[in-house]
Amino acid sequence: MKLKTFNIGGIHPPEHKLSASAAIQDAPLPKVAVVPLSQHLGAPAKVKVKRGEMVKVGTLLAKGEAFISANIHSPVSGKVAKIEPRVDSSGFRRESVVIEVQGDEWNEDIDTSNDIIKDIKLEKKDILQRIHDCGIVGLGGATFPSHVKYMIPEGRSVEFLIINGVECEPYITSDDQLMLEKGEEMMVGIRVMMKAAGVEKAIIGVENNKPKAIEHLRKIADQYQGISVEPLKVQYPQGGEKQLIDALIKRQIPAGKLPSDVGCVVNNVGTAFAIYEAVQKNKPLVERIVTVTGKTVKKPSNFKVRLGTPISDLLPLAECDMENTGKVINGGPMMGKALVALNAAVTKGTSAVLLIKKEESKRVTVQNCIRCGKCMSVCPMGLEPYLLSVIARQGENERCETERIMDCIECGSCVYTCPSGRPLLDNIRLGKANTGFMIRTRGRK
Amino acid sequence: MDNSIVSALIVLSAIGVLAAIILYFIAQKFKVIEDPKIDDVDEALPGANCGGCGYAGCRAFAESMVKAGTMEGFFCPVGGNDLMKSLAPILGVEAPEKAPQIAVLRCNGSVKNSIPKFEYDGDMTCSFTTSLTAGTGGCQFGCLGGGECVDACDFDAMYMDPETNLPVVKVNCVACNACVEACPRDILELRNRGPKEKRIFVACINAEKGPLSKQNCTVSCIGCKACVKVCNFDAIDVNNFLAYINYEACTLCRKCVEVCPTNAIHEISFKPRKPKADKKEKEEVRLVVK
Repeated sequence: MKLKTFNIGGIHPPEHKLSASAAIQDAPLPKVAVVPLSQHLGAPAKVKVKRGEMVKVGTLLAKGEAFISANIHSPVSGKVAKIEPRVDSSGFRRESVVIEVQGDEWNEDIDTSNDIIKDIKLEKKDILQRIHDCGIVGLGGATFPSHVKYMIPEGRSVEFLIINGVECEPYITSDDQLMLEKGEEMMVGIRVMMKAAGVEKAIIGVENNKPKAIEHLRKIADQYQGISVEPLKVQYPQGGEKQLIDALIKRQIPAGKLPSDVGCVVNNVGTAFAIYEAVQKNKPLVERIVTVTGKTVKKPSNFKVRLGTPISDLLPLAECDMENTGKVINGGPMMGKALVALNAAVTKGTSAVLLIKKEESKRVTVQNCIRCGKCMSVCPMGLEPYLLSVIARQGENERCETERIMDCIECGSCVYTCPSGRPLLDNIRLGKANTGFMIRTRGRK
Repeated sequence: MDNSIVSALIVLSAIGVLAAIILYFIAQKFKVIEDPKIDDVDEALPGANCGGCGYAGCRAFAESMVKAGTMEGFFCPVGGNDLMKSLAPILGVEAPEKAPQIAVLRCNGSVKNSIPKFEYDGDMTCSFTTSLTAGTGGCQFGCLGGGECVDACDFDAMYMDPETNLPVVKVNCVACNACVEACPRDILELRNRGPKEKRIFVACINAEKGPLSKQNCTVSCIGCKACVKVCNFDAIDVNNFLAYINYEACTLCRKCVEVCPTNAIHEISFKPRKPKADKKEKEEVRLVVK
């Protein structure tokens, strides 16, 4: 049978799933946890604790009061030592709550047992409220607040819930392991999400390079009504929202529209598990699975990490050879960003920490564009990266807009495939920022 | 002579005369009467079209000024006071006088003062770099050294110093504001040139608390207010742990430069100070004289 995949563009970089068979280990608690107030897309949350206050795991630290924002809970128990700006992964100082860890005490109303609760008692409205209260955001990397996704506008109906288990980025295996170890819980989570969205059908898309996960999920999916598992052809960037919808149900989202416009809601498998814990066990988002991997890592592993743990704490656990490491990346090799400081904290969006060898970490020499058109043929959005790169550089923002620069999903396929090593995506990002600014300020003049 | 040539000549000349008459009347009807002063003013302007005056170019500036009939609020920074004086007779009004200005770099975070903590090999455009990282030195306010201001300068008045990796403003700066607008971090500022090019300014815009800014840069303003205390003219304000010297109130007494613990306050074009003799030494001198 021919496997499904998306229609235009795409690449197939070497997979390097080094940590594929590594079981999820609990990372030890940090001595000091640094919890940034902006771990999600949208407005930063507002602090609700004071210096010197004692907190438990699950205590609300900051409330997301804006429409697109998320609550932040304490991932550890201890004393709030400071509320001050701390360096994040990009080197900017952002307001954070610093907690001195003492013991590991959980809030009483959180169910910390390992039992799987299959009964969904809450009603649709309460489920949404719980997702909001527990600060759940999309754990695939974009960290979009989940409750906003389920606020479907009046007069629009959703047919499909699409669960993203694709994990198309090379190296990362956190979702793969989660599907294997927490499949049952995930399925309950998906049922909860189906109830919240009011849909009858859920499809889990998994790339075909994870046969164990597909087999495992298929086995348990039979017990749950309306959930099916679909293996997909391995192709990057299949994990993109628009690409996944195209691959699974052959619907295309028009430019500037949302998945709900074509009758879908898309969420990651990690989010499904987090929603299970939030709704069934009242557990806020305080930990996530992080893959620590790379060619200079002796024991590539998947860790269950409390948010706020410094990334530098994880490196010795996986026995990283820092001597030969040139770059440490927050995220995968295609879309991740290089870390500026190793003591930056793990946040809701940290899916992997990738170490790159010294020899491989340098950028290649930039040569002239030879008009080969490879970037066009791989662009999953059907754009012309070579052209966008040039006009973005020249500051032609109006032309950028007509050439649909805002549709770019920043997957990096064009840069990967460019034989001249041109920094296409760097220029496009610059153009996107300028064009976006132009569009936003247009109404004000 | 062939008949057809004659007739062709006659017909064509007739069309020509007719067209000329029509065009004459149309031209009369739709005549645009333009103030001849605009041409005079435009002629006198430098013609750099830099936009430093706030208008789209020299012609637009001339048109707006002649239309307004006053020179109040109009100033060509390139020509300066001399040019404005020469324009005054054309319009028949008094020329406003403005102190000549120059762009000033309010950052001294060179590679020596703000030591790079990592290597950055991405795109070097300032506006892109600032979206990715705070900068190799760690200061999220300071100069990134990408040189977007130098690219924006139309007057060859700026260059990048390879030793410090900071831009340098030369004396021939015309204060056209192009570099100020180009800088994504608002580091450059137009300030009065001052008598004989003497200027005092705070070369830092770091709005963080002292201990935090000191982590990244040895010459940052820490907001200690020592300069405010020593200033007799109320010329210095401290907001957000950052001092700002008001160049209009400043009398260039240089007291603040001496007390600044991090040398964040710069003085330009002053003669080097005479070394102050200690009290004891002074007494000794007196004794010797006796």
